[in-house]
Amino acid sequence: MAIKKHELSVEVNGRTVRAEVEPRMMLSDFLRHELGLTGTHVGCEHGVCGACNVMLNGRSARSCLTYAVQVDGAKIETVESLGTIDKLHPLQQAFWEKHGLQCGFCTPGMLISALELLEKNPKPTREEIVDHMSGNLCRCTGYQNIIDAVAYAAELMAEQANG
Amino acid sequence: MSVARPLPHDAAPLHVTGAARYVDDIPAPANALHLAFGLATIARGRIAGMDLDAVRAAPGVRDVLTAYDLPFDNDVSPSLHDEPLLSDGTIHYLGQPLFLVIADSHLAARRAARMGVISYEEETPLLTIEEALAADSRFEEGPRIYQSGDTDAAIKDAPHRIEGRMELGGQEHFYLEGQAALVLPQDNGDVVVHSSTQHPSEIQHKVADALGLPMHGVRVETRRMGGGFGGKESQGNALACACAVAAARTGRPCRMRYDRDDDMVITGKRHDFRIDYRAGFDDDGRLLGIEFTQYVRCGWAQDLSLPVADRAMLHADNAYHLPNARIVSHRMKTNTQSATAFRGFGGPQGMVGIERVMDHVAHTLGRDPFEVRRANFYADRATRSAPQRTPYGQTVEDGIINALTDDLATRADFAARRRAVDDWNAANPILKKGIALTPVKFGISFTLTHLNQAGALVHVYQDGSVQLNHGGTEMGQGLYQKVAQVAAARFGLPLGAVRITATDTGKVPNTSATAASSGSDLNGMAVKAACDTIRERMATCLAERHQAKPGEVIFEEGEVRIGGETLSFALAAKICYENRVSLSSTGFYKTPSLAWDRIKGEGRPFFYFAYGAAITEVVIDTLTGENRILRCDILHDVGSSLNPALDIGQIEGGYVQGAGWLTTEELVWDGKGRLTTHAPSTYKIPACSDRPRIFNVALYDNENAEETIYRSKAVGEPPLMLGISALMALSDAVAACGAGYPALDAPATPERILAAVQRVMGGT
Repeated sequence: MAIKKHELSVEVNGRTVRAEVEPRMMLSDFLRHELGLTGTHVGCEHGVCGACNVMLNGRSARSCLTYAVQVDGAKIETVESLGTIDKLHPLQQAFWEKHGLQCGFCTPGMLISALELLEKNPKPTREEIVDHMSGNLCRCTGYQNIIDAVAYAAELMAEQANG
Repeated sequence: MSVARPLPHDAAPLHVTGAARYVDDIPAPANALHLAFGLATIARGRIAGMDLDAVRAAPGVRDVLTAYDLPFDNDVSPSLHDEPLLSDGTIHYLGQPLFLVIADSHLAARRAARMGVISYEEETPLLTIEEALAADSRFEEGPRIYQSGDTDAAIKDAPHRIEGRMELGGQEHFYLEGQAALVLPQDNGDVVVHSSTQHPSEIQHKVADALGLPMHGVRVETRRMGGGFGGKESQGNALACACAVAAARTGRPCRMRYDRDDDMVITGKRHDFRIDYRAGFDDDGRLLGIEFTQYVRCGWAQDLSLPVADRAMLHADNAYHLPNARIVSHRMKTNTQSATAFRGFGGPQGMVGIERVMDHVAHTLGRDPFEVRRANFYADRATRSAPQRTPYGQTVEDGIINALTDDLATRADFAARRRAVDDWNAANPILKKGIALTPVKFGISFTLTHLNQAGALVHVYQDGSVQLNHGGTEMGQGLYQKVAQVAAARFGLPLGAVRITATDTGKVPNTSATAASSGSDLNGMAVKAACDTIRERMATCLAERHQAKPGEVIFEEGEVRIGGETLSFALAAKICYENRVSLSSTGFYKTPSLAWDRIKGEGRPFFYFAYGAAITEVVIDTLTGENRILRCDILHDVGSSLNPALDIGQIEGGYVQGAGWLTTEELVWDGKGRLTTHAPSTYKIPACSDRPRIFNVALYDNENAEETIYRSKAVGEPPLMLGISALMALSDAVAACGAGYPALDAPATPERILAAVQRVMGGT
């Protein structure tokens, strides 16, 4: 029996995408398999680790817990929207320079969470960074450099805003 | 020069842009098929009947395989040939793969895999160490025993004696990227395998056996893993073999990844232990005689359990000289996941045992645990008269633990903070603080001596760019970067001139697992050998043209200097090419000086030791058992660091992972052998709010006494054991609640802490 597909129109990284999807397809699978945006990673598949975080209408969301059909008409930004290797976003620059990654699997989700924080709070305290980033798991770094990277990104973004 | 610089991870720009590819990100042809295992739902018994009609009829399913459909070897074991890919009728644990679904999508395969109707002849499973002991269910014929001196007499004659028992839980690796494989069929029946594995050569070997091919018919490529921690040393075999069999059967590419819950239910974890101890000591707490009996829960298959259990025995001394010691190790076979390699490989469990004894001795004597530890340390190389022997007969040549811990104690103001903690505890009835300093001495080398070898392949192209390949795998530790730094240094090139390619069994054969912390020691030396061969050939060619000696040709700063002339490296490469000089070379390295008899427990299993120490300060709530790590100070020995930034990252991550193992990470099986903690919602790995509020990490200035690559030391595993200081600090805090000894088991969850507080207040 063929499963009825649903039409979907969504803005992903500034580009409007129209697609037909199975009703139970997760947003993470839609991004990874249908659009080839494999920067969004699937870690725990039940909304705890944060590796699959994307921006959904300006707020971070677990794409492994979100059905693709739920984002009809929405605006999605994935890690691929942040910057390119030639023109990195300050957050990307900061995670690179401050060694905010080892295996890198959690990194895209970390960047999205950090982006959400810095967009609403451009000058976070260390405690605010820790609090906000506690929803993203990393098994490699011990988090020290991740927190340093977010703090440094805030500085870089402030410089950009002033300069 | 490129070595010793704190350069970021080589793939960092790819990671931050989402462009770094893991196995499941590699594009496969559109006709690729997806696999999932159907799993046993009991822990022990026989399959009475397996009705897979509903599985076959499920949407998107192409084929379903059982053990009878496998064309060749039904085995994915790395050791004893005791681990069928699909059950041969016997059920050994709850979660064992029974059948394999081949479907059009990952989701279709997983859905169908739940539809099997299996009937069982159920037997009572052996789940615990005690149950296995009662049934004498074990690996090897009896316990292994390593000993030195006359332990019984030393304990009997000692002024003070203690006895105790400790239980130590296992640990889930929780690599963020789950197990994954992709197999692409080639012509002539060959296959290319992409695997998230620490051991490409083993994947090659097992896939070849599964397909009835010689190893030359299988090429395995691993660019990176999203974390390994030992969990990808042998546990990827099943996925790679399943994909290979399915690809051979269908002629189509096949890929498989475990969903997180499946991953945690199917794959092995750190071994949990019970350690019984008996010790005799003098008034200063100096151990005169000690006996450890280590009971190791190995799970259903042998996997790597024997060397893991051996390493636990080899670290029962940690940094302490034990003149009279007997270490007994029972390797119990149970109906649980087959416990496997995990960062430290048994070493952490052995070390926790002796740290517990130090803590218990100090409590018995009413002394500061650090004083007792110091009274037992191996003497330092700089101050000793003669080297001391470990219980297994290796002399400790490179000792530094006294100087290192004194340095740390000074830097972290340990004595004053010890007093401050005692003052706090005197003044506060509810919140109690604890502080502890624990050392680490970790043996570096595979204890299976033949594994201590590595190969490399280096090409210099005629434009002067360098391509590098070696047998080590990248799992985030920065091995590729360190090895590239070595290659760049040998040629005097900037790092950008060197490109490291994915680990590939077609380029470097017969590799060892990237394990035992040995990645940069072994592969760095192999790469150095390959680079030096090419450099010598180039120098000979260029020297001849300039009537100079090869030794007078200097490679530095991207240039080659001969006499008065300076060439770019690129031009030098072009000249050598035009003079028909081979610009490609393999390199090989084997660790010298090793000789180890694991049955007798005698010899030199380790090339050298890596040292470190940590001070952790904690606070507990005595009404709830809740706790926090307030501060951690670490001083760690990486020899002459190849890359201080990467090394500090390993130390910070290792500490947090070790502290997680001993505090929040609790694996729970129910009475039927079902793992009830099979996802991060129920299994608690540290989040950034769990890491120490203050976290000071420094490298100890100490060139390796042995001739390793640029006199560096291995760093992968040793820092994990710095986390033991967190457990000992919690014990210290609990001890402040009363007169009894806390006897705190691990993981020290709030429940265990609360129970220990109540015990201590009861004074027992």
